[in-house]
Amino acid sequence: MASYWQKYRDFLFRREVVEDEPAVSDRKRAEAGQTLELEIAPDDPLMAYLLKMPGIVDVDELQLDSPALLALKKAGVKISVPLVSQGELIGLLNLGARRSEQEYSLDDRRLLSSLAAQAAPVLRVAQLARQQQAEARKRERIEHELRVARVIQQTLLPKELPSLPGWEIKVHWQPAQAVSGDFYDFVKFSDGRLGILIGDVTDKGVPAALVMATTRSVLRSAAERQDSPGAVLQQANDLLCPDIPANMYVTCLYGILDPSTGRLVVANAGHNLPYRCTPRGLIELRATGVPLGLMSDVTYEEKETTLFPGESLVFYSDGLVEAHNPQGEMFGFPRLRSLLDASPAGVALVDFLVTELERFTGAEWEQEDDVTLMAISYNGTPFAQGGANTDQVLAEFELKSQPGNERLAMEQVAGAVRSLNLSPDRLERLKTAVAEGTMNAMEHGNRYREELPVTIRVSVTDNHLLVQITDYGGDQPIPDQPEPDLEAKLHGLQSPRGWGLFLIKNMVDELRIKTEEQRHTLELIFRLEGA
Amino acid sequence: MAANPFEVNVQKLSDRVLMELRGEMNSFAEQALSAAYSEAEGFDLPIILLDFSRVTYINSTGIALIVGLMSRAQKAGRRLVVFGLSDHYQEIFQITRLADYLSIVPDQASAMAV
Repeated sequence: MASYWQKYRDFLFRREVVEDEPAVSDRKRAEAGQTLELEIAPDDPLMAYLLKMPGIVDVDELQLDSPALLALKKAGVKISVPLVSQGELIGLLNLGARRSEQEYSLDDRRLLSSLAAQAAPVLRVAQLARQQQAEARKRERIEHELRVARVIQQTLLPKELPSLPGWEIKVHWQPAQAVSGDFYDFVKFSDGRLGILIGDVTDKGVPAALVMATTRSVLRSAAERQDSPGAVLQQANDLLCPDIPANMYVTCLYGILDPSTGRLVVANAGHNLPYRCTPRGLIELRATGVPLGLMSDVTYEEKETTLFPGESLVFYSDGLVEAHNPQGEMFGFPRLRSLLDASPAGVALVDFLVTELERFTGAEWEQEDDVTLMAISYNGTPFAQGGANTDQVLAEFELKSQPGNERLAMEQVAGAVRSLNLSPDRLERLKTAVAEGTMNAMEHGNRYREELPVTIRVSVTDNHLLVQITDYGGDQPIPDQPEPDLEAKLHGLQSPRGWGLFLIKNMVDELRIKTEEQRHTLELIFRLEGA
Repeated sequence: MAANPFEVNVQKLSDRVLMELRGEMNSFAEQALSAAYSEAEGFDLPIILLDFSRVTYINSTGIALIVGLMSRAQKAGRRLVVFGLSDHYQEIFQITRLADYLSIVPDQASAMAV
């Protein structure tokens, strides 16, 4: 039950809380025409009486153990007319003694009842209007505070994007509400390298924005102290874990780019995997790790890649891939991948993706989550080849573990080494070795599970060509196959198959097989002639 | 992925059977090759010629398929004569020692003269 206010004589009614207002005023004030404000407590017996007995109350005749009634009496109120609108008691019309000092007549009472019946709805409307005005003022204040919060949050984001010769960076940051849980940042190192951060706090709005502010500071200070992306995420996680609110965590990617070589090392705390967009297709940078703030004492895997002229790197938050169209269909990764395949080169892909997202969601979209998109592309000249021990990456790509895909591997590697001018027979040997290595990885490593890719990296040092073929086939080393025995095969004593590794060994100058954690890597090494 | 499907044309040429192989010799080729070889066996002649000039790719599974044919030929006392191999695949036939059990000749005319 709301508070009720007694008004006195002059029919002014208010419904606002007046703090520290004495419950009772004196008779003189009343007679002088002053307004008396009286709050009737919800448990005051007068309240129960008024609700039960609608009609004019003769104050002097009423006997109740009621502070409000006592106050009315002390204030000189003679009759009190309840004002009721739609069954709700919204006030009292209180009158003191008539100036003639006569009793109120029956006509007076009828007039007052009629007046009260007409005044009550009008009063109710006035009360509601005031209430709405108060709410609007409150809403406006909150909106103003959120606008200020947004401005403050924007000061936590980079004021301008880093400027690196030959490189272009573009970011699209689109909060779902006034403030966002998405963030990004850049850390410039004195040696010219650039730290690149993108993060996404669970949830959105104010709680996410508060966690975002802390996380960004923690990550920034870790990035300034540590040199490896994995160590930065580990340190940030250890600092965040004790303080982050329950059920909240932060996904985050941190990469360090060397603009002079295109080399990028990236570590991932549960964020969407970034893509390297190359003219030959997309490469997912598959670094994994748990989100920040979920559990302490975890380490973060690092993944290394190199960007070449005409290539771009794309980071993106959940808000993009998890957006829904009016039919309830999700934007999803397959759509993102095919759009990236079809997107214009360079950072123009950011605007392209934003336009495609708008087209997908439609004009009426109520944005579900914060959206952040970042592209970094290299448009400069090819990097100068480094010293004797520095390898130059000619190609790096992934293939799905599907029968027949070894042909794609052959063609892509052949394309990548064109500039080396290998002799036709050496090129054929390379192609066969790559095809057999890829088949081996798809079949024995990944067991033709499509979700497990085969990664192929082609690089040269000053005197060697190295092709690394990696599968995700578990932590068991590749067993060394027995040397094929043709006589035994012809007599059915040995499977006619089992030629793969044998062929590779005979095609390359050196074959190395490495097993680390879940991956096997075949390293095919070819000495370069004339080196 | 059967972008380049494997096909075999089998025909009798005087006293021998010619198998014209076309496409990629990998695991997808198994059925077609085995069926074609059975068809070639049906002529019941002692020499079967394998024309590789239109074969674009042979992988280790393709090698295993050829070993399978060689095994069948050996049991039946037939001779397999191979021609049209690129230099690279000739090298592979040497490395794998298939060349020890097959007659490798440069072209069809030589194969007819064997």
